Amino acid sequence: MESFKNVTSIITPLDEVNVDTDQIVPKQFLKLVQKSGFGKFLFYNWRYDEKENIKSDFILNDSKYDDSKILVTGDNFGCGSSREHAVWALLDYGFSVVIAPSFADIFFSNCFKNGLLPISLDQKIVEKLQQELGAISIDLEKQIIKTSSEEISFEMDPYKKKILLEGLDDIAQTLQFEDKISEFEKKSKIPSVL
Amino acid sequence: MGKTLFEKIWDSHVVVEKQNGPSLIYVDRHLVHEVTSPQAFDGLRVNKRKVRRTDLTIATMDHNVPTNNRALPILDQTSAVQIRTLEKNCKDFGIKLFDINSPNQGIVHVIGPQLGITLPGSTIVCGDSHTSTHGAFGALAFGIGTSDVEHVLASQTLWLEKPKPFEIRIEGKRKNPHAVTAKDIVLSIIKNIGTGGGTGTIIEYRGQGITDLSMEQRMTICNMSIEAGARAGLIAPDEQTFDYLRGRQYTPKNYESLVDYWKESLKTDNDAKFEKQYTLHIDNIAPQVSWGTNPGMTCDVTESVPSPDEFSKGDPNQKKGAEKALDYMDLKPGTPITDIKIDRVFIGSCTNARLEDLIEASKVIKEQKISTNVRAMVVPGSQMVKKQAEEMGLDKIFINANFEWRESGCSMCLGMNPDILSPGERCASTSNRNFEGRQGTGGRTHLVSPVMAAAAAIKGHFVDVRELDLK
Repeated sequence: MESFKNVTSIITPLDEVNVDTDQIVPKQFLKLVQKSGFGKFLFYNWRYDEKENIKSDFILNDSKYDDSKILVTGDNFGCGSSREHAVWALLDYGFSVVIAPSFADIFFSNCFKNGLLPISLDQKIVEKLQQELGAISIDLEKQIIKTSSEEISFEMDPYKKKILLEGLDDIAQTLQFEDKISEFEKKSKIPSVL
Repeated sequence: MGKTLFEKIWDSHVVVEKQNGPSLIYVDRHLVHEVTSPQAFDGLRVNKRKVRRTDLTIATMDHNVPTNNRALPILDQTSAVQIRTLEKNCKDFGIKLFDINSPNQGIVHVIGPQLGITLPGSTIVCGDSHTSTHGAFGALAFGIGTSDVEHVLASQTLWLEKPKPFEIRIEGKRKNPHAVTAKDIVLSIIKNIGTGGGTGTIIEYRGQGITDLSMEQRMTICNMSIEAGARAGLIAPDEQTFDYLRGRQYTPKNYESLVDYWKESLKTDNDAKFEKQYTLHIDNIAPQVSWGTNPGMTCDVTESVPSPDEFSKGDPNQKKGAEKALDYMDLKPGTPITDIKIDRVFIGSCTNARLEDLIEASKVIKEQKISTNVRAMVVPGSQMVKKQAEEMGLDKIFINANFEWRESGCSMCLGMNPDILSPGERCASTSNRNFEGRQGTGGRTHLVSPVMAAAAAIKGHFVDVRELDLK
């Protein structure tokens, strides 16, 4: 995984609550067997109508947001299906940060496996950020968002921050505990399936 | 201070504990399916890693499989590739696979318990959010993303932040348990606590309303925990739990000694503390029907579609969500639920496609025919459920009523196979998610119980199933 780099960009305001992962990547695109190329399917049913014409009223179809790397959205973002394709699609489309009042648990966890930074902030601050027209900067190391008028600090678990900043391979880290895993297996009461 | 059931299972699975940050948790059972695993196996190949415990890993194909004639080739080439990829991955890495022709094939959350793979006190993961289903057996079971699938394949462990325990008490007795089902209980919970109400928690369902339920009904409850935002839901095992798993194909040889151990260890202490608490009284609850585009947008069958103001109770974001949902669902506030006409009926999914669900639905149908305006299908949760149902003659009841009787799979719960709604079609569905486009682009889903779905199939619109004779 690539390490997380600080971001400066305009925000894309997606003013919706309870955005589920079925909306982020509809199921017809889950049949692929690789991780790449999901950006074109992001919010597919909101970007295109049933005849695959562009829906001009959807925010992502407004060209002024084409280079935006920061999605600012509503409560409970990423709820529903565990599909990691949702995170792959957001990253592949060009987003590297999602800001919302809250995230669904599995989506939140999936973000850190791929280098997408989810920031949860108070509802009022999120609403204010959605109005921000100029570029904002995100400094993960300092845990600060800089807007044209203020600096907003955000919470981040130190372990998760380290994973993103260093782009750590989770599995390689875990396998260093091989002796502990083996020790656990020796005393486990749950027998094997087969 | 005492511990909750969840905390006991958690504590007994900690491999590495850190001062701050996540713990490394051991995984006893890893269930694998075709959609969320290909990229995980690729990751193993790239890094030259093996599957650590093939004896704790079981695979099947469910999301993509066609539910019509299994002898025919799979027409959708991308689905066919994904299915072949799982076959190859299981062969290359030495994983037991119940393939499309296996009598054990079925929805992963239906076959786990049926085969005795699901065990109390164990940790179970799968790259599917409805893994919460297995919590009905007092297992800590939850969905994971594909990176975590790879992590578990390689290490049999996961780094996890400890969620908070959430007690949901179900008190009272339903007056007509054939008409007011486990599905209505769990939809009532989600309606009340919201789709984010359980975020960051593990729910333990307790109370007489829970212990009264059969194992299959308990699975329906735990299955939809994720729809309330909780990663998992669980229920303390009792005699019914132990009986259910006794003598199944993969039930462990030392099962009885495990039962003795579980009886001692798998219950919440009287002085344990939950971080959150909610109680639902079920004496008077009605059958539930969802009207919107998330499972929290649900009301009693006796009510009318609410206005965005009524639904949102002053929250502008919820109001906007409700307006959008009503527009998508093409519903007007004030429309009685029983006036809503339907085009399709789907009885299936990991929520409601077990034998008992099919038995209960068949009792509603008896010798009637479905409405001529409705197309209806039954998709049993597993090939074993299908066989058992056929042995009881349930298939004939459904087929005589003009239902389609299908092979097992996830089918129209998420429409990854050819079973989908056409744009604008309205469906009474026993599945778990009424998200926009979930059952087919432009399709409109109403979540209901199997008996409510069967009754709607016959009448062509929603009806209060309590008014029918269900003896």
